[in-house]
Amino acid sequence: MNAPLLTIADLRVRFHNRDHDAVAGVSLSIGQGEIVGLVGESGSGKTVTAMSVAGLLPRKRCDYSGTILLDGVELLHADRRILRGIQGRSIGVVFQDPLSCMDPLMKVGAQVEETLLLHTDLSKAERRQMALEALAAVELPNPERVYNSWPHELSGGMRQRACIAAAVVIRPALLLLDEPTTALDVTVQAQILELLKKLNRESGISMLFISHNLGVVRKLCTRAAVMQNGVIVEEGDTERVFRHPRHAYTRRLIDAIPTRDGRRESA
Amino acid sequence: MKYAFRRLSALLLTMLIVSLCTFAAFSGISGSAAEARLGTQATPERVAALREELGLNRPFAVRYAEWLSGFATGNLGDSLTYRQNVGELLRDKVLVSLLLSGMSFALIVLCSIPLSLLVVRWAGTSLDVAHTLWNQFCMSVPPFFTGLLLSWVFGVALHWFTPGAFPGLSRTGEALHFLLFPAVAIAIPRIAMTVRMLRGTLLRELNRDYVRTAISRGSDRNSVLRRHVLKNALTPAVAFLAQMMAEIVAGVIVVEQVFGIPGLGRMLVVSISNRDYPVVQAIVVILAFWVVASNTAADLINVRIDPRLALRDE
Ligand SMILES: Nc1ncnc2c1ncn2[C@@H]1O[C@H](COP(=O)(O)OP(=O)(O)O)[C@@H](O)[C@H]1O
Ligand SMILES: [Mg+2]
Repeated sequence: MNAPLLTIADLRVRFHNRDHDAVAGVSLSIGQGEIVGLVGESGSGKTVTAMSVAGLLPRKRCDYSGTILLDGVELLHADRRILRGIQGRSIGVVFQDPLSCMDPLMKVGAQVEETLLLHTDLSKAERRQMALEALAAVELPNPERVYNSWPHELSGGMRQRACIAAAVVIRPALLLLDEPTTALDVTVQAQILELLKKLNRESGISMLFISHNLGVVRKLCTRAAVMQNGVIVEEGDTERVFRHPRHAYTRRLIDAIPTRDGRRESA
Repeated sequence: MKYAFRRLSALLLTMLIVSLCTFAAFSGISGSAAEARLGTQATPERVAALREELGLNRPFAVRYAEWLSGFATGNLGDSLTYRQNVGELLRDKVLVSLLLSGMSFALIVLCSIPLSLLVVRWAGTSLDVAHTLWNQFCMSVPPFFTGLLLSWVFGVALHWFTPGAFPGLSRTGEALHFLLFPAVAIAIPRIAMTVRMLRGTLLRELNRDYVRTAISRGSDRNSVLRRHVLKNALTPAVAFLAQMMAEIVAGVIVVEQVFGIPGLGRMLVVSISNRDYPVVQAIVVILAFWVVASNTAADLINVRIDPRLALRDE
């Protein structure tokens, strides 16, 4: 395999107001076009890992060390200005709650176009055209109408699709998804997973998919890393991790997957 | 549109209630005030004649309806002291006071927005403490004091204007120049309050999830503020400024005394001491309308900024 797109090496993060590491030596790589799942209980450090990659760590309020290389460019210690050129352009982020993550007073279309406005000098009409294409690519019915809607006029699932469209409109190399389906109901969750697979297949975008549900990761990811208390305790081919878990914690996560007859597994 | 209609009907209803209460209260007082004016000459015949002259013998509803329509026609009855129609008497004074409150308002808006953006940058630094102290100081200086200080410094010492010699509205430029000083006196504590309010709102908005999203797309701090945060901070700011209109009106009443400005405030104080109730009740209703109308205007502006507001009280 050729050089990975993203390489995280020995990442450590400790917030000043905590007495333990939020991330305690994580190493992980993502290849071109690969979808890697990061699973673990809440508080295990998944979000902090993703935020470190996305350049969203509150640098003044934590100590951090290690390296994060994206296509050979170091991100963790990079200058803010350099980072801003990469944020959005090379790395798209989709967060958990699509309602609070959208600006309530900006039309959906303008939010989808934001990366184009920041990183390209496309004309207004060209930006609009690309935004409409992205909204169509995330399978939103009637992109024209969605483009002119306010966030509060969309359903939860539509909002998350719009957020995905906003993250991929500029075709970044890497998409970080931090529990993107946790706030959605089960059928919508399944549709979003299908959509992500399709985007990956068609555009070859690499993804880091974070979830506390190993069952969801199994449906989407080729490789999975299991995280506990800031460290990756097990990593490998998703099916292998699922069938032959080596770590007791992984087995607990497998047992915790909601099933169809209980709280219902996702489609 | 439906929202605007509801707001405007609410405005009309409020003003009807306010005017009715005012009129009812003053029609009680003004009868006895008229009698009191006759003093020792008050024979029952004279009192009856006076009540007839003042129209106090006709049914309340008729008098109220007549008086209310006077706000449209300008016929609000006669002043007891000036023997002049109240509408004519107040017309210029309303404009002077409107101009003064408008100027104070403009000063508040123009100063507090850039100041709060500056102060937000200081959050968490040592400048923050200095700012908070200074802000609290400004908030606590009463307009009459600043007014006295300004008229002494710029009027008596520097001769930039002559306190008490308001040039009149026909000389617009000079009038605006004169009113700038009282407007500053009114604005200073309100600017401090508004900056404090805006600072809190901006800091709260800067912590929202949508800001993190904007940063994840590569926005710098300025474009986050410009494109997202300012608009979100605007609706609470507009509501706050509209509520402040009541305080500006209170400031206008006080400061007109200090600078000797022939406006509604001074007329109000003079008419109260003269027991000139037709004038007083008209001024009370005009001031109330000014305050209530500002709040309605704020609601109408805010619903254009945030369409969710129209859904909220459906
Ligand atoms: N902004 C922050 N300030 C202080 N501690 C934080 C902050 N963000 C996360 N943490 C801590 O870091 C640890 C990992 O959190 P997180 O990465 O959010 O977990 P996960 O996403 O796996 O649920 C937790 O102990 C959490 O309390
Ligand atoms: Mg998390």
